[in-house]
Amino acid sequence: MMVLLVAPLSGLAHFLDHPFLRSALLAGTFIAVASGLVGAFVVRRGQVFTGDALSHVAFTGALAALAFGIDLRVGLYGACIVFALLMAFLGRKARADDTVIGSVFAWILGLGALFLSIYTSARSGTGGLEGNAGVNVLFGSIFGLTPTQAVVDSVVAAAVSVALVAIARPLLFASIDEPVASARGVPVRLFGYAFFVLLGITAGEATQVVGALLLLGLLAAPGGAAQRITARPFVALWVSAAIAVASVWAGLALSYAAPRVPPSFGILAVATGCYVAAVGVSSLRAARRRRAGRDTGGPAPAPVAAGISILD
Amino acid sequence: MTTEAAGAVGGPGWNPAGDLHQLFAYHFMVNAFRAGTVVAVVAGVVGWFMVLRRQSFVGHTLAVVSFPGAAGAIWLGVSATAGAFAGSLAASLVIALVPRSGSGAPSSEESAVIGTVQAFALACGVLFVSLYGGFLDSLTGLLFGTFLGISDSQVVILGAVGVAVLGVLAAIGRPLLFATVDADVAAARRVPVRVLSTVFLVVLGCTAAEVSQITGALLVFALLVMPAAAAQQLTARPAASLALTVLIGLAVTWLALGVAYFSIYPVGFYVTTFGFAAYLLASGARWAVGRAGPIRAGRLRGAPA
Repeated sequence: MMVLLVAPLSGLAHFLDHPFLRSALLAGTFIAVASGLVGAFVVRRGQVFTGDALSHVAFTGALAALAFGIDLRVGLYGACIVFALLMAFLGRKARADDTVIGSVFAWILGLGALFLSIYTSARSGTGGLEGNAGVNVLFGSIFGLTPTQAVVDSVVAAAVSVALVAIARPLLFASIDEPVASARGVPVRLFGYAFFVLLGITAGEATQVVGALLLLGLLAAPGGAAQRITARPFVALWVSAAIAVASVWAGLALSYAAPRVPPSFGILAVATGCYVAAVGVSSLRAARRRRAGRDTGGPAPAPVAAGISILD
Repeated sequence: MTTEAAGAVGGPGWNPAGDLHQLFAYHFMVNAFRAGTVVAVVAGVVGWFMVLRRQSFVGHTLAVVSFPGAAGAIWLGVSATAGAFAGSLAASLVIALVPRSGSGAPSSEESAVIGTVQAFALACGVLFVSLYGGFLDSLTGLLFGTFLGISDSQVVILGAVGVAVLGVLAAIGRPLLFATVDADVAAARRVPVRVLSTVFLVVLGCTAAEVSQITGALLVFALLVMPAAAAQQLTARPAASLALTVLIGLAVTWLALGVAYFSIYPVGFYVTTFGFAAYLLASGARWAVGRAGPIRAGRLRGAPA
């Protein structure tokens, strides 16, 4: 802590001396960009609850893989992608409401508890490590990433980001006004499915950084904050990514400076702080605008009104 | 934890009466059934309103917040139950500050707030666990439920809070139902919609914290949503579905506690599985009835006649 305060540059050099921190920083940055971009769309499309549901699936998938003795990531990505597709399908077919989603995913989380119990009881007596597996999946273990894992995660996250930016324009159109977009010949369904796949992959990635239970924060907080800061959707996309990256960096630094603070908490605390600040700024701005509108005796300035009517 | 219980008493035998006797042989198990009964009734009634109001996501968040509350309380050395209540109540007040858009599903802004609150709360829980320093056993208990070690005083607290919650709901039940079914008309008739919604959030927070004492913070949905969802599949009449909700909740809880006692796996798994099975059965029954004759259900949900 002192080093960081007294001499920031040498503090940074110390920070990067540790290979596990380099891995964490590398993977964390790319995953944060992907989460920020996807999160902006999750909030815009009103699918935060879906993200919440996916976090349960991520936990159960990873624990099931562990219980059956295969690589954790296979279960993690497999479960996330399959269930994201399933939800996209159900959402189209039956307009599954949040009661159904909630019931299904509570049960899936219960299954996760079963797998955790199977996994821990199968390996009891080998030490404290296996108890940590469940905790790591739930709450993240970004400092535990090996360099190879970090590179793989970064490549996957970069691919997700590129894919999302590539479809951003039509996806945004489909998200804001689905009937009009589909009337204009945008393949709304296809984009819905593609987005859910990207969301599933991102959920799997974010699980490794902040854990299954907290990945919602990495999606919702930057996305929500960006939507508050700017009314322009494309700017919001990048603001969201920037907030996510800043949260991960600041969170890692915080956790490095104060070792008792878990990195997941640091990341989420900064992201939540950004959201609170964005809410504060935007309500201040709204209050000032209201006052200005009252002073001139007229309605709010036209461009702002137009922007709001497009977005809401 | 569960392992010890099963190891101490052995598995179920062929004699059901003997098994039942064995089930109630230990005081902790009697307490577990007492607490489970209170929790199932309260969760059923409150969950019924919650499903009707489409506030499942809020309910989930309030439940999850009981985890940092309990973890923080353990870290500070005070009662985990009290901590769970404090956490859920605080979160319900924070969420009540956000303006709600009618009675439909939450807006994107609102759900972003709820999601952020939820994730931040869980992160705080991690922090408290880390500050306290390694208690992995009780961590799984806090998250996925345990029925061991429920003390007499805990049962009393759960009972008192349960009575208070049911009393408040009995007082505001009718206007709340009105405000839920048609918020605009209710507001026009001078029903204080906003106040009712805040009171209900507080009630929901208390209930979520109660349920988390049995199912763990992550599996509260099993008793809060599933019985109500199952009952509302079966009948549309408010009184009947409310009663049915409580019955299903009780059956699920008792069955889960009974099975978990003889098993090495966590009680949360059984509660969610039985709850989900009840929901599936109810959906199947509704589907079968729907094929046999015209569906009369759905009046409450505002489905077209």
